[in-house]
Amino acid sequence: MSWDWEFAIKVFPEIFNVIWLVIGITFGAYAVALVFGLILTFARRSSFKPLSWTVYGFIEFIRSTPPLVQLFFVYFALPLIGISLNKYVAGILTLGIHYSTYVSEVYRSGIDSIEKGQWEAARALNFTKSQTWSKVILPQAIPPVIPMLGNYLIVLFKETPLLMAIGVVEFLQKAFLIGADHFKYLEPLTIVGLLFLLLSYPAALLINRLEKWSNQAYGKGSR
Amino acid sequence: MWDNINVYFDILHKLLPAGWMTIKILVTSALLTYLIAFIAGLGRVSQFSIIRTLTMIYVELFRGTSLLVQMFWIFFALPAFGVEFSAFWAGVLALSLNYGAYASEVVRGSILAIPKTQTEASIALNMTRWQRLKLVILPQAFRIMLPGLGNNSIELLKGTSLVSLITLGDLTYRGLIIQNTNLSYTVPVFILLLILYFIIALPLIILVRRLEASASKGVAKV
Amino acid sequence: MTKNPVQNQPLVKYEKVSKKFDDLEVLKGLDLDINQGERVALIGPSGSGKTTIIRMLMTLEEPTSGIIKVDGTPLWHKEVNGKLAPADENHLRKIRGDIGMVFQQFNLFPHMTILRNVTEAQVHVKGIPKDEAEKRAITMLEKVGLGEKVDAYPLQLSGGQQQRVAIARAVVMQPKIMLFDEVTSALDPELVGEVLEVIKEIAKESDMAMILVTHEMDFARDVADRIVFLHGGLIEEQGSPKEILENPQSSRLQSFLKRFLSTT
Repeated sequence: MSWDWEFAIKVFPEIFNVIWLVIGITFGAYAVALVFGLILTFARRSSFKPLSWTVYGFIEFIRSTPPLVQLFFVYFALPLIGISLNKYVAGILTLGIHYSTYVSEVYRSGIDSIEKGQWEAARALNFTKSQTWSKVILPQAIPPVIPMLGNYLIVLFKETPLLMAIGVVEFLQKAFLIGADHFKYLEPLTIVGLLFLLLSYPAALLINRLEKWSNQAYGKGSR
Repeated sequence: MWDNINVYFDILHKLLPAGWMTIKILVTSALLTYLIAFIAGLGRVSQFSIIRTLTMIYVELFRGTSLLVQMFWIFFALPAFGVEFSAFWAGVLALSLNYGAYASEVVRGSILAIPKTQTEASIALNMTRWQRLKLVILPQAFRIMLPGLGNNSIELLKGTSLVSLITLGDLTYRGLIIQNTNLSYTVPVFILLLILYFIIALPLIILVRRLEASASKGVAKV
Repeated sequence: MTKNPVQNQPLVKYEKVSKKFDDLEVLKGLDLDINQGERVALIGPSGSGKTTIIRMLMTLEEPTSGIIKVDGTPLWHKEVNGKLAPADENHLRKIRGDIGMVFQQFNLFPHMTILRNVTEAQVHVKGIPKDEAEKRAITMLEKVGLGEKVDAYPLQLSGGQQQRVAIARAVVMQPKIMLFDEVTSALDPELVGEVLEVIKEIAKESDMAMILVTHEMDFARDVADRIVFLHGGLIEEQGSPKEILENPQSSRLQSFLKRFLSTT
């Protein structure tokens, strides 16, 4: 048994058609990660210690336990305590929240790189706290970390196969089902691998370029 | 209430044997991961462009696709070429090749982080290429790469749960079976699973925090 | 090391050596001889190519054209069937054993103690037994006034102390020629003296040849047999310290010295 071109060409469109679902899940989860990550960042910085410690614990816990098990928890266990989510929402929320802990780390690094003088200047101009954040800190903290944030879009894209575990028919599940139908796994699984490579590698190159450009623009490691 | 606690003990009792499987996978893959990471990381900075290119292709190939896809490919597609792995070795191989690719970037990055002047000083002392690497570059790079490799091992631990999807009896797989046979256990099973994974990760987390702290202090003592 | 020097043959010979970095030509066909045991100071404005001259000899920089000979043997080339081919690592290593270098930024190995810094290459490169290498290292470290710091790590020492260790590390390898690359430029002014004293001491005691790239004119006068003034990648003027420092001929050297002596 070896590679069967005819079969590969036949099943390619079937697998490729799933792309819109995959993209939808990716961007949905990314939006959750970006927003929830920002919330975590602020909560982490809260001067109300019980909150900041709880959030710290939450971040460490979520970051160091498998997203797959978290997915099962959200999809199978939450309904039993009254929170029922369909598989797509469960998948998007799980991936989004899992990676929000990474994203919040990125925000944090951006905020930490702002000089103390900027805070002092904002205070000297009598800005309110929210003005300080929205007008002074975030506009400086976010742009330099955009490439790093972009990386997590690719990471999330590559994590979508996880959702096959709760029956979402994304690339891998689709390929696996086709494979099981024909007892031929090589072609569909290879196609999935190639799809991931073809979609994520150019994106990674783009982000690389963005990173170089951003390093120059923000004067880091320009040598 | 006591009922509830008994449920937890019952589940724990059933889960623990599978915990050994998870640890076995973790340790085996970690060893293989670091071996691959060193070979590929050194390959990326080799003086021979053919080696640089080959290792770069390996790294980009495995970083550009999904771990789960790689695992499925090794377990389900490779047999088409007559290469068959048990679920254990298919899982270990996919984990090691995937995380090895990421870890090789840590190795490469830390080697490149050593100032060029260190190489120049060792050239001036007439060391061979190998001596420069072994005596001067690697010992310094090693300290820089430790936190990164530690983080990599936490990611690896999380990744081991995927072997449950190729029917290998690890913690996650056993949890699913328990949940399937007794649906009223659903909530406690997954809570316990998360806690168990966290407990396994805890020593690694503490280790990484210490390494990060000592790395930021700079080089004073070895 | 054991090769018999041919009588009157210079230890190092630069023949029409040029070096380009991208479009920038820092050396333009340099001819320069260094004799056995001779001490030569290279002076000149920044960008005049002084550092490049010694970095090429240390094999850290490859010449764009021209030939550098050490003891009559081409350094960057290998004779194959009577023709000169680019040298390989083995060839470079063979000749490099005769050369030692001290860097502007010390470049000590931060992960090794002072003792290991001075011992490591003796053991691994020259194959000297560890005990003996350590004995020699300690003697050398005492000579540079750091006998009590053998167990310290480089970053625990001052810049001047680190530079003295770097000197010990290079000298203990017993090269035929030592290269000093602006060894006091990175030091606080009050630490310059101790380093220069150590070099003078070593110059007095040994018969090594030395090439010193420096901005310290008094030091050059004390140590050098000859001073070479470089400008724009070429030798503008050379001669004994007395000739160069007290009776400069070219207007460039005159204005260089004027600027220099007035700022320091």
